[in-house]
This record gives sequence, structure tokens and C-alpha cells, in this order.
Amino acid sequence: MQANYNEIIPNNVDLGDDRRLLRALERWQPAYLRWWHEMGPAESSDFHVYLRTAISVDSDGWAHFGHVRMPDYRWGIFLARPEADRTIGFGDHRGSPVWTEIPGEYRGELRRLIVTQGDTEPASVEQQRRLGATPPSLYDLRNLYQVNVEEGRHLWAMVYLLHAHFGRDGREEAEELLERHAGDPDRPRILQAFNEQTDDWLSFFMFTYFQDRDGKFQLAALSESGFDPLARTCRFMLTEEAHHMFVGETGLMRIVQRTCELVREHDTLDVRTAGGVPLPMIQKWINFHYSICLDLFGSERSTNAANYFAMGLKGRYHEAKRGDDHMLADEQIEIPRVTADGIETQVIAARAGMNLLLRQDFSVDSQRGLDRFNKIIKAHDIDFELTLPDEKFNRAIGIFAEVRASPDGTLVDDERWEREKDAWLPTADDRAFVRSLMIPVTNPGKVAGWIAPPKRGIHGKPFDYDYVRFR
Amino acid sequence: MNSQPPTAPSYPIITFDTHPDRYRHWRLAVEDRIATLSLDVDESGGIRPGYDLKLNSYDLGVDIELYDAVQRLRFEYPAVGTVVITSAKERVFSAGANISMLASATHADKVNFCKFTNETRNAIEEATAESGQTYLCMINGTAAGGGYELALACEEIVLVDDGSTAVSLPEVPLLAVLPGTGGLTRVVDKRRVRRDRADFFCTTGEGVRGQRALSWKLVDALAPRSRLAETVGKRAAALADASDRPTGATGVQLAPLDRAISQEGLRYPNVTVAIDREARTATFVLQGPDDMPPDDSSGILACGDRFWPLAIARELDDAALYLRFNEPHIGTWIFRSLGDGARVAAYDDFLLKHANHWLAREISLYLRRTLKRIDVSSRSLIALIEPGSCFAGTFLEVALAADRSFMLTGSFDRSNLPPAMIRPTAMNFGPLPMCNGLTRLQTRFLGDAAAMDAIQACTGQDLEAADAEALGLVTFAPDDIDWEDEVRLAIEERAAFSPDALTGMEASLRFPGPETIESKIFARLSAWQNWIFQRPNAVGSDGALELYGSGRQPEFDRRRI
Repeated sequence: MQANYNEIIPNNVDLGDDRRLLRALERWQPAYLRWWHEMGPAESSDFHVYLRTAISVDSDGWAHFGHVRMPDYRWGIFLARPEADRTIGFGDHRGSPVWTEIPGEYRGELRRLIVTQGDTEPASVEQQRRLGATPPSLYDLRNLYQVNVEEGRHLWAMVYLLHAHFGRDGREEAEELLERHAGDPDRPRILQAFNEQTDDWLSFFMFTYFQDRDGKFQLAALSESGFDPLARTCRFMLTEEAHHMFVGETGLMRIVQRTCELVREHDTLDVRTAGGVPLPMIQKWINFHYSICLDLFGSERSTNAANYFAMGLKGRYHEAKRGDDHMLADEQIEIPRVTADGIETQVIAARAGMNLLLRQDFSVDSQRGLDRFNKIIKAHDIDFELTLPDEKFNRAIGIFAEVRASPDGTLVDDERWEREKDAWLPTADDRAFVRSLMIPVTNPGKVAGWIAPPKRGIHGKPFDYDYVRFR
Repeated sequence: MNSQPPTAPSYPIITFDTHPDRYRHWRLAVEDRIATLSLDVDESGGIRPGYDLKLNSYDLGVDIELYDAVQRLRFEYPAVGTVVITSAKERVFSAGANISMLASATHADKVNFCKFTNETRNAIEEATAESGQTYLCMINGTAAGGGYELALACEEIVLVDDGSTAVSLPEVPLLAVLPGTGGLTRVVDKRRVRRDRADFFCTTGEGVRGQRALSWKLVDALAPRSRLAETVGKRAAALADASDRPTGATGVQLAPLDRAISQEGLRYPNVTVAIDREARTATFVLQGPDDMPPDDSSGILACGDRFWPLAIARELDDAALYLRFNEPHIGTWIFRSLGDGARVAAYDDFLLKHANHWLAREISLYLRRTLKRIDVSSRSLIALIEPGSCFAGTFLEVALAADRSFMLTGSFDRSNLPPAMIRPTAMNFGPLPMCNGLTRLQTRFLGDAAAMDAIQACTGQDLEAADAEALGLVTFAPDDIDWEDEVRLAIEERAAFSPDALTGMEASLRFPGPETIESKIFARLSAWQNWIFQRPNAVGSDGALELYGSGRQPEFDRRRI
């Protein structure tokens, strides 16, 4: 059977004429749909959802809106338009023409980068699959599904690279992306943050704020790649990732807004009885999500990261805008070091510190949203500030994995950690309380009591539009 | 004669003394018939400063503990029939030898380290084959390089099948060196992985996982994460059931060695080593037993670790390791012995009479490993057989291990000691093979059955120098007029040659005859691996090992040699 893939898979990669891709997709596409049914948004297959679909990379093509059943969503394969005469921007091959095919010597490294990135995309869909049962509004439910289908598309984008450039190994890796599952004790996702639960909407907004921001920085670093198909794929994905972070940031702003209103209304910080999420509890969620996201960047000192940079496979954030030689052959940087006396610094080759550099950019970017949340709090005349925890707090990977620290970065012993960790991280009771707020609201124009309505709807539609039609 | 200043050990000395109570990197848990050795490397616990042992990577210090555990399991735990090796860390089994450690180590350190780790892995295989203690590896996370090689030394490998955990030998693609603990040989020779698949496997940094690892025979079984422990537990129990090791027996505790270290050498109750820094020699004096063996096998336990054959094996083993690691300039080891050959022979007979007793078997196997350790030491070995010596049976093996032996004909002037004798015992005809699978006599008389028969006919008889020389058991048999000069000149001449050339020559001449997995591993280690470890492509300023972790990419000299 020869499906008309050009019809069902919008693309700008000449899919219909590529025998290699067609053969790969014949097997993978049905497997993907099975995965979507089994592991995608639960009990949603009959819903008609007002979704944006990318049908081309043109300015008017990437955001095509309409109600569709999600299993019929046209997951497309798009690479940003090629730049003429693009050259490799960093590392040992700086100045050479970019690669349009995989350089044999870097095949293993590229496959690993693509598989690691690709693994996160379906993971987040799996982590979020039960959230459809408890949306705070129809608008939010639609945003959840939009994020889900786009993560699905990002999976397609990575799978396209595997199919197009890695032969049989690539096809096997693509299948494995559907075989591992978030939180599955037997076949977990590669990165631990993608095995955590996202079972309440506060966590969802945190996820789209922090985890998807990690995604943004990873994609940005890969969009600098000397392997042009990867760079172009990631550039296109970044436009969608920005929307996910918009969902996260506006979601958190609306929660903070509503909490502040309740604080003023009831004149107490403890707004639990009023059906709101207290600010200290929001802080705990930030502590958790931010710290596990720092782990996503890997060890501060990393030979793999050094190699990726040297080889021209993964650059720094906004590589071209940086005012150095983009080679960093002999530069050194300081990174922390844990000693018996506390934290000191050590000097390492700059290339080996790539993970730390990218993470620092992530931290700066993460702070910006918090500044906006704090403005809302201040506007309500409440004496509270949301902060990012210190880099040493709650770490499982890298230099700080071996120490314990409070959110303000003070090193603490095991005993104090055990005594105070419930004040720093969400407890089972906290999670139960937040889950208790998760009463589904699905009437158009209505919104749950713990979150403020959005300022505007989607694509010019009002808030009370029927973004999701149940059948 | 080329003279160098006498050199004492330059580093803090390395010893091999440890105990499970003091392990920093391994955890030993014994439950009935099954022992579990869990690797849990203390990142900041390197034996030398300057590197972190990330991801369960190891250095000599980690391997000294493994060696200690393997030894104690055999002597102190008679009931243990299965040893499970696994990792206590999540998602990583072991990343192999620590790269920063290798990159910063001297060539001699690397070679010594690799040889020692190989000997421990061979001992693991010997425990499985000969001692009823089968090693089973539970790979519960990434096993790369030396990590997978440790698994390869186990009889069976169970790999977690979680869609991402892989086994790999990434040395060639990542480091431009070879796996240093027998990985290449074991993959094709032991596990019979097809050689073209092995070629792919050894050039794939990512390694191979799941079903492909199983169908390529890189592992023996797969298990999902949730059933891994259960799968391994069942297999461990089945292997333990098949073991002939006794339940309910008492083990022998290996107490710390009674050893004095000084500038002049080493002193143990049964072995002394005198170092002559000017001549660059170490003279071992092996002390024969003071008494006759006990009447029955229970007598061994009564003596514990002071039972003479066990004590001599421990002391000789420790001394050889000490000299290898701490006295690299001492290029010639001279072996002498003191005592009554009849008593040495009596102990040999005792051990063989009780060969089916677990402890007697363990002691014979330990003697075997210790003699093998001497065989593969990169030192010139010279045996001096003089009046008052006791080169019988087990001690005769030491003389046969030597590159050259001198036996005094007659007595020294003005000495009332009777002439030197050597005595073959049954120990010389099978229980103590070399790594090539042959006894030292078979190796010495390769293909000469008549010579072997003639010696076997003398089993249990004391042989004087003339007979020993005629039978080919010693190299030269000078009389007391020639002795001093001949011996002195041989030693001085030896010390003057290039140590590298000697190492290569000795390794080439010591092991004639067939190859075994073990002999191949040592041969390839001392030839290919050590050559590559010296080459600019690995250790030059632009070499892969040197640049690893810096992000700078190696520049290879592309000529094939």
C-alpha cells in the first residue's frame, strides 16, 4: 500500500519522491499513531480541537487554524529555508561550508544528540496525558492539546533526521523513541526530568515554563549546528517552542494574579481555604522544576559537550552574536568545585564547560518571567518575592550532586536537609492539595477559581470560544 | 657499564593491603551461597590526586579492592558458589578505567595498572572454571570500555533491556587506544562474537544494546528493569546449586600480612627481598617449611593463613606486586631458597592428596596464580640453586619460571653444606600450568616427549647439578671456582641491556607453544596496547588520550604502520 504521504504529512523535504523516507515511514507512521492512541492525550480521540497546523514554512503557512481531531492532525516535516552559502560558525571547522549530509566521523555523536533531543518530545506528551481530565478552562485544554501535537511534531522532526540520514540504525532509534515511556520503570526516558509526573496543571505550567525553556536552549544550540538539516529543523521548531513557553509563562502569571487577588480579598497569605494556590507553594514548585531542569544541561564539565562544540555539532546560545573567535581552542573558564572546605572554583578548558555556559543563559532567561510575576505580587502590595533556587539546590547531576544545599545556596548537612526539605520542595500533602483544586471546567468562557482568565483568546477568538468540541 | 644513581621509590608507595571494612569503592554482601559485589566508586577517592572517578570509572585503588574481594571470597567464604557483580549506582554500571587518570599516568603506571587489572580478571575466570565460584554480571546501566570488560570476565552477563542501556568498547573511536583488559580477545575468543560484528561493535562509541547485544552474543540474557534482580537472582541460585563448594565449612581469614618495608627491601616470615640499587637487582629468598604438613585436611584450618603453602603464596604474590609498582628500576629478580626440599615436597604431596578438599584446591590455585604473576612480570628472572636451598616441586616451578638458572655443582669451598639438589614432584606435572595452558616443563621441552618422560621418571628424587643439567632442568651448572664470576657477569650484563628490549624478548621467549585466551591477552597487552599507548596518536600533544575532555580534537599521523 502506498499512502499519499505528501497529502497527510505536510512537508518541504520532497517526501513523496524519497524512497528511503517512504520506506521508513511506512512502518513508523502507523507505529506513531498507535503510540498516540496508547500514550498520547487520554480519551481525546473524538474531540475536535481548535489547533494550529504548520503546512509550510512561509510566514502565512506555519500557523493554519481550524478544528481537527487530534489523530487526524497533520504532523508535518519542515526545515527552515536554507541560508545560501552558510558556513560552520564555531569549533574546529569554523568557516567551512556546512554539511548537508552526515560527516562519517561524527555519525555517532550526531545520532546521540538527535536521539537525546528526540526522546524528550514524546516524553512530555506522555507525562501530560492525563491532564485533559482536569482543565481549568476550555482555552487551557486547547493549549494543552496544542502543546501535545506540537511535541508530537517535534518528534517527527527528529525522526525525519534519523530516517533520512542514519539508515537502519536511524530506523531502529526512531522505533525506540516510541518504545521508551516517561516514568516506565522498565523502559524509562533518557533524561530523568522527563520521567517525573506532570499530573496537575500547576506542574504543567511549570513544565512549559522551565522544561520547555530547556528545550528552547537545546534547540537554539543545535540550530547553530554545522550539520545543516539539524540546524534548519531546530530553527523551525523554535517558533513552536516559543508558544509552549508562552503557555507556561501566561499560565503562571494567571495563577499568581489569582492568588494575589485572593490574598487581598481574604487578607491572608494562606489562600488554601479560599481555593487558591499560596505563593509559598508556588515557590516550592519553582524550586522543584527549576532544579531538575538544571540537571537537564548535564555535568558542568563534559567531554561530550566539548566534543560537540569542537566538531561543530552543537554551538552556544546565539553563537553568532558572541564577540569571541568562536573556536575557544585555548580559552579557559572557571567552574565550581566541591572541596572539604566548601565550594571553590577550578579552571577548565572552555570547551569542556559548554553545558554550564548554556545553563547560565537558561538561568538568566528563567529569571525574566519571575520578574514579571513579582511585579504582579508587588502591584497587589504583598510582601513576597518568587525566586529561582541556587544552582546547588536539589541537584542529581554534576558537581553539586554530592552536596546538599538550601534554596539560598547554603550547604546543609543531611540532618538539616531531612528536617527542612518539606519546606523547600512539594510534599505529598502539597501535591494532594493542588490536585484537589483540579476540578475540570469545560464550559466555554468559564475558568477555575485558582487561576485568572487569560487576557485574550487564541488567534483573535474570544475567551468563551468553543476551542474544544466534545462529541 | 651504564650506571644510574640508585633510585628509591619516588611516589608514596603503593601497597595492596585492604579489607572489606575499609573499601571505598566496592560493597561486598554475602547471603548464604551468593555473594554480591556492588561497584559504588567514591568519586573523590582516587589513589592519586588530580582526577575524579566519575560514573563508576576506576583506577588502581578501585581494582586493588576488587582483587582483595576476589581473594577473600575464595578463602573466607567456602559456601559461596556464585558471585554477582553489579553497580550500586543508578543507570551506570561502569565507565571503565578513568580517562583523566590514564592521560596523566606515566607509561609505566598504565602498563602496570593494565597488567594487574588483567590478572584480577583472569582470577575471576579461574574462580569460575576451577573453584566452583561462578561470576555472574548484572549490567544495570551503561557498561563502557573497562566496565564491559569486567563483565566479559564473568561467566554470564545479564543486561537490563530498557531501550537505552548499552555495552560498548569505545576505546578506538573515542581514545585512539585499545581496550586494556582483554576486551577484544574475549569478545571474539571467549564469547565467539563473529569477527565482523566485533569490528563494528568496537568502532561504535555508542555500543550495542538490547536484542542486538543478545543476538550478537555480547550478553547472555536480557531482563526488563523491573525483573532484572529477580532474573539474576534465579540464575545466581541455579549456578550456586551446581557448585561443588561446601556448605557449612569454615573459611580461612586472611589477616594482614606481617611485612616490613625498608630501603633495603621487604621482609615477611617466609620471604625476604633484598634490594641492591646499584646492581638494580632484588634477591628473593624463599623459606621452605619449618615442619612437616599436618596429618589430615583439618590441619590446614588449624593453621589458618599461616599454613605454609598459603603463607608463601601470599607473601610471594605481595612481594611481586610491591616490586612491580614501587621499584621499576629494579630490573632483575633473583630467586634463592632456603630449607629442606623434602618438606616442600611433602607439602606438595599433601595438597595433591587432598586436591578435592576445597581449601587445598584453593591454595594450589593461588600458587598457580602467583607463579603466573611472576611469569608475566616485566623483570629478568634468574634462579640461583645453591647448597641449603629447597627447589623442590612448587619451588622448582620458580626456578623453571626463570629466564636462566644456575645450579652449583658440588659445594662451596669451606662449606659443610651438602651439594644442592632439586626435586621434581607431581606439582611439576599439571597443577601449576602457565598462561599458555602448559606446565613450565612442557613449555620448556616443547614437543620433546622423551625429555619430559625422563624427568617424570625422576619424580620424588633429589637430583644433583650434573643430573639436573643433563635433564635440561637448569641452564648452567658451574662449580664453586666458576660460580661467583659466572653469576655476577650474567647479572651485570643483564642489567646493562635496554630494559624495553629485555621486556619484549623475555615475553617472546617465555611462552612458546599454544595460545590461550589468557596468553593472547597478555601478549596483545604488552605488544599492541603498550605500543599504541606510546604513540603520538594517543599520547602526543595532539593525541586523542591527551586531548580527551579538552574539546580539542586529535590530529592523527595518518600513516599506517
